[in-house]
Amino acid sequence: MTIRMTRPGRSGILDWLIQRVTAVIVAAFIVAMLVWLLSTGDVTYAAWKGLFATAWMQSFTLLALLATCVHAWIGMWTVGTDYIQTGNLGKYAETLLFLYQLGCALVLIFYLLWGINILWGN
Amino acid sequence: MRNDNRPTNVGLSNLFVFRFPITAIVSIIHRITGILLFAGIAFALYVLQVSLSSEQGFNEIKSALSSPLCLVITIALIAVLLFHFVAGIKHLLMDLGIGETLEGGVFASRVVLLSVAILVFLAGIWLVQV
Repeated sequence: MTIRMTRPGRSGILDWLIQRVTAVIVAAFIVAMLVWLLSTGDVTYAAWKGLFATAWMQSFTLLALLATCVHAWIGMWTVGTDYIQTGNLGKYAETLLFLYQLGCALVLIFYLLWGINILWGN
Repeated sequence: MRNDNRPTNVGLSNLFVFRFPITAIVSIIHRITGILLFAGIAFALYVLQVSLSSEQGFNEIKSALSSPLCLVITIALIAVLLFHFVAGIKHLLMDLGIGETLEGGVFASRVVLLSVAILVFLAGIWLVQV
């Protein structure tokens, strides 16, 4: 028996789509960072600081972090519901799954706030 | 009386009995690297924070790469990210209906393993010379 609770998008198709869209956003960010690192050559503090001082890079980084967190939430939900089941964990499964998902959500919210603080904190 | 043909649950001990196809191996590594990256986000944010905090912090991050331990950990994390990235692209291509056959899946899995190995090697060289 599986446990139905706190599904990210409340719809499997929506979860599926969000997982792909966020993957493409994060992949684009990784490729952009790679292109910048390789084209800049000697990465100095001034160049690095200057990159993250631009509004577009701050927005892109925040978007990528948000996409990462949503992607991680759906991924961790998928993994959690695959292994934390009443079939192997009995009556404790529901409580364990709840605590697991609560932990994942808190960590991801912390990451998001931390990232915002890095980008606009000082 | 025990009927040996009855269906049984697959337990953890069976993991060492089965010979897994390459597609299954790439699939489970994609999942494991995803879980590792959940924790890896903290590492990336920490490096971003310190490197942007001051010139001294930036230099600390750069010089940390000259320590063999830090270099190995960094390359390992990059390998985890690159695997998830490349295997993810394979996933997206298969979602588009490209290579959705058994032969296509086996071929794509081989390409994933080979290209990740090459990319990690190149990333390692780039990190050492930086």
